[in-house]
Parts: sequence; C-alpha cells; structure tokens
Amino acid sequence: MAAISREEVAHLARLSRLAVTEEELDTFAGQLDVILQAVAQVGEVAAADIPPTSHSVPLTNVFRDDVVTPCLTPQEALSGAPDAEEQRFRVPRILDEDVAS
Amino acid sequence: MSDLTKLSAVEIAGLVASGETSAVEVTQAHLDRIAAVDGRVNAFLHVDTEGALTAAREVDAQRAEGAPLGPLAGVPVAVKDVLTTKGVPTTVGSKILQGWRPPYDSTIVQRLRAAGTVMLGKTNMDEFAMGSSTEYSAYGPTRNPWDTERIPGGSGGGSAAALAAYEAPLAIGSDTGGSIRQPGAVTGTVGAKPTYGGTSRYGLVAFSSSLDTPGPCARTVLDAALLHEAIAGHDPRDSTSIAAPVPDVVAAARLGATGDLTGVRLGIVTEFAGEGAEPGVMAAFNEAVDTLTKLGAEIVEISCPHFKYALPAYYLIAPSECSSNLARFDGVRFGLRVGDDGNRSLEEVMSLTREAGFGPEVKRRIMIGTYALSSGYYDAYYGQAQKVRTLITRDFTAAFERVDALISPTTPFVAFPLGARTADPYQMYLADLFTIPTNLYGGPGISVPCGLAGGLPVGLQVMAPTMADDRMYRVAAALESAVGTLTPPAL
Repeated sequence: MAAISREEVAHLARLSRLAVTEEELDTFAGQLDVILQAVAQVGEVAAADIPPTSHSVPLTNVFRDDVVTPCLTPQEALSGAPDAEEQRFRVPRILDEDVAS
Repeated sequence: MSDLTKLSAVEIAGLVASGETSAVEVTQAHLDRIAAVDGRVNAFLHVDTEGALTAAREVDAQRAEGAPLGPLAGVPVAVKDVLTTKGVPTTVGSKILQGWRPPYDSTIVQRLRAAGTVMLGKTNMDEFAMGSSTEYSAYGPTRNPWDTERIPGGSGGGSAAALAAYEAPLAIGSDTGGSIRQPGAVTGTVGAKPTYGGTSRYGLVAFSSSLDTPGPCARTVLDAALLHEAIAGHDPRDSTSIAAPVPDVVAAARLGATGDLTGVRLGIVTEFAGEGAEPGVMAAFNEAVDTLTKLGAEIVEISCPHFKYALPAYYLIAPSECSSNLARFDGVRFGLRVGDDGNRSLEEVMSLTREAGFGPEVKRRIMIGTYALSSGYYDAYYGQAQKVRTLITRDFTAAFERVDALISPTTPFVAFPLGARTADPYQMYLADLFTIPTNLYGGPGISVPCGLAGGLPVGLQVMAPTMADDRMYRVAAALESAVGTLTPPAL
C-alpha cells in the first residue's frame, strides 16, 4: 500500500509554499512514497522508554556578555533584498485591499 | 620552479616563507590551472581572481616587512559555496540565491583570511548540500578528475574535485551526512568532518542545524590537520560551538606519519559487513586493515546494533530540520523573487518564488520534513528518529569503551557514472550509509585514500569519539604513510 497519496503530496506542497506543477505532483508522489516507506523502518526499533536526542552537544542556555559590537548598516542588511523602501524590506500586499483601506 | 600546483600546502607555505616563491606566484599558478582545466571539471562556481591576488600580495608584503607568517600563509584555498563570503557571490548551488553577495564573512572564512590563506573562489555543490554526487547543483554537475564521466561525490564534489584536479591544494567543505568524507573517498583525497561544534556554523547556510559541520579537505592528512587547526575552535557567534581547546590534530598527524600504531585498538563494525559494499571496495578496505595491523594496530570486531537504522533516522531528522531552515527563503530578504506583479499576495509570491528557486531534491526534502513534523505523524517519524539517534549514540559510546576508533569503508561504492542514481532518490541516499552514523552521534570522522578498485579511488573512514579528533588524524596519517597518496590520470 502506498504510504502517501497524490492529494497528500499536494497538501504538503501547499504547506511548504511550493507552487508545484501537476507533472511534478505525479513524480513526487511516487518518489516520496518510496522514501517514506524506507524511512518508516525506524518504527521497528523498540524505543518507548528511550529519551530523544535533538542535538549531540549537551548545551542549554548559552549566555554571553551583553556587549555592544558593530553590526550591519541598514544599507548592508538590505543589500540583497529583492525590493526595499525607506530602510525596510518591501513585500507584496498581505491584506486584501478592502481590509487594508 | 617545479609545478607549484602539485605541491602540498606544507610545501607551498615553506617556499613562501623562505622566499623561494611568492604568494602571488603560487596564486597565479593555481588561477592558470583553473583556467586550463575547470571547463572540463566544473569545480568552481565563482573564481575570485582579483580577491585572490590582493590577498596574495598582502602575504608577500607581510613577509617583506618581516612580519611572522602563519603555517598556511600564502596557500590557496577553495571554499564550498555554502559559506558566506563578503561581497563574493554565495549561491549554495541554488538558483534561489543566484547573484547574492553576502554583506558579511562566515567565521570559517574570517579565520582563513586571518591565517593568511588565499581564497581562490567558491566551489560547486549539490543544492543546499543535499546530495551525494553534485548532480543536484543548479549550475551543472562537477566531474570527477579520475574519470570525467563519473560523479565527484557530494555534496562537496566541487571542493574534492578541485583538489584532485590540482586547482587548489586546500579546500573547505561541510558535512551533514558525509558531504566532506564521501567526495574525499571517490576523488582519492582526504576529507575530515570535525566533532560537531568543533567548527563554527556562523555564516554556514543552514541545511540541518544539529548535524551541519564545516571541515577541511586536502590531498594529504597533514595538510588537512593544518587547515583543521586554522578554522576550528570556539566561536561566540555559534551557540552550539564547543568552548574547549581544539584537539592537537597537527601533532597527531605528525605522530601518525611515523607509521607506528602500536597500542592503538581499532574496531570494525560487524553490522556494516552485510551492507552491500562493492567487492572492489571491500577488497581495498580489507587490504588496508592488513596494513593497519602491520603498523601495530590491534583490530577487533564491534557490534553496533542500531547503525542499520541510521540512514532512515537521518532521512527523517535532516529533512525535518531542512523544512524549517529553508522557510527563510521566501523572496523577502535576499535572493530570488518571482511573480510580484502588484496583484499577487505575499503567499502566492512566496510559493512561486520557492517553486522557481528550488530544485527537485530540495523540494522533496522540504516536503518529507513537513510530513514528518505534521501532527499525527510526528511521534512515529521525527520523534522516533530522535530516539534512534540516542541508541546510535549509545552504540558509539559502548564501542569507544573497547576501542580507540572505528574504521569502515567511507562509502559503499566507487564513483558511479553521472546520471546513474538521479532517477531513484533513495539509491542516491545509500552513498551515505557508512558516514551518517557519525553525524547523528556528533563525533569526528575522516576519509583517507586506501587504494583503488577498478582504477578508481577507495576511501577508508576513521571514526573517533567526540573531541578526540586527534585520534582519527593519527590513524589516517599512519595509513597514508604506508599506502601513499593517489595520483589521478592527467586531465
């Protein structure tokens, strides 16, 4: 049985903000199915009482002194932006016009 | 003057320090070599001719003034395009960052500059370091100098190929699941993944933050150790950086080069034996094991029962972290923006930008990660993979109570033909079968050439306990002293 359907892949693409094509959906559905069936092997391991590892270095709350150091100028920070205005990143509209007005 | 591009970093630094040659002369020789062969290899995405010559002139000026020079001053280095370089294009092998010139240097690049090395340019890689062949680069594959119809490994195929093609004596890579070691193995070069946290991730474009580790690539073990020493050490700008002294990897490489491994216990992982490495790879590995025995090492077999789950666990953990990390590529702060016609919403522009900017392997991994982190699947996939990670770490800890280091072939197969594994993504993932456990554990690993199979290089991997990077350099240098370095056919 397939681990994942074409419809589920379309849903994942939407969640991932990927405007995938119909052709890609066909390809990815098959490929993701193979990958997910293979990685599902982790389920074979009896690990109910095993703590998870998120990170190999056991560090928590790394602090540094609060010292002012030089940082990027606004011009430098915006230097790679596709669009900028008044020292800000300019983005397409977020709200519908009737809401924004 | 003999061909400067054939020399080791140690030899080049010696000649520059003594004044027998200049850093500018060395740099120009490598730039000329790149111009002559890179059309066939495609190791470089960007060659910074002016920046390199300027840096070389500074080294020559320092020497003229009598200022002390570091052990790698004047030595050219190629940098994987995953590290930010101020004012120099950084693409991560992706269209989504095409043309981006970062406003700052990564810590690794800052340290390379401080060491007086000369950055030649940025090397090709699988997009966002996801791949094992460099075929997933948006800028065309890199070719293996041993056979230009074959892959140079990945994701850091550009750095490894630059070394094998004598375009650079040193290179920087990054290793999340084997991206330094596997390219090293299939190009007959040396690649070392330091202990996680031993080298700074500041300015390393993130793929899987709990695994990503920048590290050195070279043609000799001692050169790799010198580069390791130059770039490693605590960095307050990386909160997962380890605040402890760097293991003395240079001394260890020199000790290993004496060829004496008396008293060193090495473990062979039982579970790897049945994992389908090619017969030629196993033959070269077994011969290397005999060599290590002759050098005085004691070889024992060690069972690491959970290693067989490392690959599936990795291909849940890394895509999960990637799906989160790559959310920052949204067409707002840097890189590509597609479809902003004044009518489309931000979300539509984001989706069109990411669709156009990312290649298929990156999209697959983002979607796998999104799936594994979804409510309803989280416990069975990501949560379970993290528990498996704990068990793999315990396997390593138990093994290192009995042996000083573990050894294995670096990768199950020699360089395969271009296109052989792109149709089935999971077949590509198998290239990292032997390298991934180390990443999940966080320890160091190195690949060193151990022989040829069918005329193509085979690498031996040495895996050591966390913060015992020196041990792997000692073993690798000892093997190198017996086997020698590998020389590819002329391009």
